[in-house]
Amino acid sequence: MMRIPCPHCGPRAQSEFIYERTVDSVVPLDAPSQEAMTKLFTRNNPRGVDEEIWRHTYGCRAWMVLTRHRVTNEISECRAIGPEALP
Amino acid sequence: MSRYSAFSLLRGALTGQRHWQPAWRDPEPKSHYDIIIIGGGGHGLATAYYLAKVHGLKNIAVLEKGWIGGGNTGRNTTIVRSNYRLEPLHNLFEFGLKLWHGLSDELNYNVMFSPRGAMFLGHSDADMVKLAERGDAMRCDGIDADLLSRDQVAKLEPLLDMSRDARFPIQGGLIQRRGGTARHDAVAWGYARGADSLGVDIIQKCEVTGFVRDGDGVVGVETTRGRIGAGRVGICVAGNSGHVAGLAGLKLPIESQTLQAMVTEGVKPMINSVIMSQSLHCYISQSDKGGVVFGGDPDNWPSYAQRGHPMVMEGAVAQGLALVPALSRLRMVRTWSGVTDMSFDGAPIIGETPMRNLFLNGGWCYGGFKATPASGWTYAHTLATGKPHALNAPFSLDRFERGATIDETGSGPMPNSR
Repeated sequence: MMRIPCPHCGPRAQSEFIYERTVDSVVPLDAPSQEAMTKLFTRNNPRGVDEEIWRHTYGCRAWMVLTRHRVTNEISECRAIGPEALP
Repeated sequence: MSRYSAFSLLRGALTGQRHWQPAWRDPEPKSHYDIIIIGGGGHGLATAYYLAKVHGLKNIAVLEKGWIGGGNTGRNTTIVRSNYRLEPLHNLFEFGLKLWHGLSDELNYNVMFSPRGAMFLGHSDADMVKLAERGDAMRCDGIDADLLSRDQVAKLEPLLDMSRDARFPIQGGLIQRRGGTARHDAVAWGYARGADSLGVDIIQKCEVTGFVRDGDGVVGVETTRGRIGAGRVGICVAGNSGHVAGLAGLKLPIESQTLQAMVTEGVKPMINSVIMSQSLHCYISQSDKGGVVFGGDPDNWPSYAQRGHPMVMEGAVAQGLALVPALSRLRMVRTWSGVTDMSFDGAPIIGETPMRNLFLNGGWCYGGFKATPASGWTYAHTLATGKPHALNAPFSLDRFERGATIDETGSGPMPNSR
């Protein structure tokens, strides 16, 4: 199990969090249909590092972005999501 | 290749069983093949076998980064069934189930297929309605399905908790009697031996590191054992489809997630069928060696790590113990994980890609093992002719943009809600 360093609460057990989707799959509201389709239905899915959106559902309930390695589970960054992070 | 038989075994007894030969060769890669299959799991080996057997092609290679059957083929819970509600799914899996029933004879290799019955439990009125609906859909296409009463379920599986205050009360079930289990390693080995005897080169420890492109097409692969030219290339690496397709610049409707399974110490027969559930995500069967095999939900976040997390394991075991309380007396001896391609509608992808001469077979979610013969058969057809077989035509890569998803669970475009 991972320990996720919530930017608001500090390190917490992964069981308090829920994975939502990757950053590359957030669909901008004004996206043209081709882009919306690509973002909605495809993923980079690298066997390496990707940026993921998680939510501290059973804690502070805030959304955050994890930079995580998908083989080692190493979390190199966990940053809060603010208005500037929205597409 | 010598045929395996009781007679050859008896004859070998006279010479101390020293007649055994390696079941397949260990060839050096040639510089060019008509068809290259990336991935030496059950699906890739079955594809190679049917390409040689059904389509008469000779110049074929299977490239495997590790050893054959060492990935998801050796990490599943060996369940074989075709009890899906949607027509494209049950037609594909039923075609496979029919092949399973003759597979040991076909391959001259005992895959230990055991049609002991695959049963879904219903825990509520709503569950029973869904099960009846599924069974009706199957029977409309000539596939066996029997709705079971509570008493029939209790008779088939006496160790289920049938009490009224059970955590998951059991109202009935739906059984497919022709479903069951098979020996997963034997499936890979049997297809490998069959394909090799028909001239297929099985090249292990040969990882694909890139594609050789020619305009919008593919003309070969770069590997850890050098460049190999190819007429057509078939990706068949479910679990790692995202990674391998990424080498060709393709972005797939797939997210890789970890799926765990676990097995107890061996005991006398106590689970007679394959027990699954309409509401829970837990499946239980007993191996021929006696171990009780459990599986559950995937770890619902992206991962290529072939190891799982205890909190997901606990969920599967808690459900299993609630259904069969006697399991609490057993010790768990092994747990393991595989990396699964979770597709966006829960159905596989078999067919063409936007790149010429590059084909894809993946997205099997957690249901690939049972499809091994059907997957190989239809993919072989697709690779040999360049066009999909009628059975895999609905499973094309472009179905998502066409709005033609095959969504058995009706959960929408999220791989982590399967």
